[in-house]
Amino acid sequence: MNEIMRSTVGRTLSQGIRDGRRDLLSYRPVELKTGISANAEGSAHVKIGTTEVFVGVKLAVERPYPDTPNKGMLAVNTELLPLSSPEFETGPPAILAIELSRVVDRGIRESGYLDMDKLNITPGEESWSIFIDICTLNSDGNLFDAAALGALVALRDAKFPKREGKKLNYKEHKGKLPLKEMPISVTVLKIGSHLLVDPDREEEEVYDARLTVAVLPDGNLCALQKGGDAPLSFDDIERMVSIAQDKSKELRKLVESVR
Amino acid sequence: MSYKTRVDGRALDQTRDIEAKAGVIGRADGSAYFKIGNTVAYAAVYGPRNLHPRFMQDPTKGILRCHYNMMPFSGSGDRVRPGPSRRSKEISLVMEKALLPVLSLGDFPNAVVDVFVEFPQTDAGSRCAGISAASIALADAGLAMKDLVPAVSVGRVEDKILVDLNYAEESYEGEVADIPMAMIPNTGEITLLQMDGKVSKEMLLDALRMGKDALLRIHKVQQEALKAKYRGGGDE
Repeated sequence: MNEIMRSTVGRTLSQGIRDGRRDLLSYRPVELKTGISANAEGSAHVKIGTTEVFVGVKLAVERPYPDTPNKGMLAVNTELLPLSSPEFETGPPAILAIELSRVVDRGIRESGYLDMDKLNITPGEESWSIFIDICTLNSDGNLFDAAALGALVALRDAKFPKREGKKLNYKEHKGKLPLKEMPISVTVLKIGSHLLVDPDREEEEVYDARLTVAVLPDGNLCALQKGGDAPLSFDDIERMVSIAQDKSKELRKLVESVR
Repeated sequence: MSYKTRVDGRALDQTRDIEAKAGVIGRADGSAYFKIGNTVAYAAVYGPRNLHPRFMQDPTKGILRCHYNMMPFSGSGDRVRPGPSRRSKEISLVMEKALLPVLSLGDFPNAVVDVFVEFPQTDAGSRCAGISAASIALADAGLAMKDLVPAVSVGRVEDKILVDLNYAEESYEGEVADIPMAMIPNTGEITLLQMDGKVSKEMLLDALRMGKDALLRIHKVQQEALKAKYRGGGDE
């Protein structure tokens, strides 16, 4: 079965056009929306073609980690909801959910996008804890980029809840989160000799290798994750990084255009 | 004490604004969106499909499994810890009991119909929104059904009987009773009935009568959502 699909996908890619309309280095239409949950401090709805993801940001005040008493905290979690695909099951997080969370976490953490120093309230006592929850609504290829985009849009949308003594008033919000240089993640796939972005479900089932690259505004890189069973050559990596740098510009404009 | 006007100015027998849509999740066999006020439910149906583990299989008919889940950022207070809780498991159970009577699963021995209901945003009444969404999704999946099942909460705040309590009303300081109910409109039978709070028998019956009228209105919205999809007004 997989072999048949592999040859079909390979044939399509050789023609240089997918879904009858986009080339190998084009994304499906990307739609970004904020404010999909009134109870979250920030939220986003991302559509990449038929793939849909909800992302919500919740804040809490907690004791900082002993080794970083002057910093805030960040936790990224992914729920591969069984509502979004017949392949997802209920139960503890699957390995894909863990990898996805960690890749999104790494892009944000290593870029310094969230200014952790400004999330401390009292050194050693109180810091803001930022929870980013990624929930899949329709899983139809390229969850990695959808999740990363959703996390950025939700963080940009988020505001601090009001502190009332030791408690938080989640009804009133004030002030945006301290954000700096935004990392844009682009996942590039290798299938046979082809390199492509924004895989659909079939392409994802037969890919040989993938590389997720988080790109900063100046084109420098801040996080990488290679996946897939096949190895990559130096030449592959060079080409994949160039593609990611190039595509990140488009996605950055899109994210920045969300009000 | 008397509860004079509702916190959001609604009439006592008035539900919050409702929006419903069928066919919102491409990968599911059937799906629906149901919004009532600020409570938003997405339901997806998968199946009938193979049931594992095998000891759960019923050789005489298919089984229905509901899964109620709040997204971690959907609650009005702290983050909701992901994964099942005692609360979500109980709600999943009563949802199954609310929906099962309209299904005919005799044609699907050893199979399961899975219904997943997710909430990005809640403001009370989520189990009812979930049931209303799930029954649209089951119909959208093409399963034979005796009827759609609308659900709504009724209750009392002080001396007033009212329909579709929001969170502010549910947490009102004073006498409050919250009664989620679901009905098969064709037969008038009740398939979900729970309550917390205190009421007299007369109040309960008055509340159920008021609920019945609201349910008939929700039933229309459910039917419209299905018709809209097959008229070409849906997503797919």
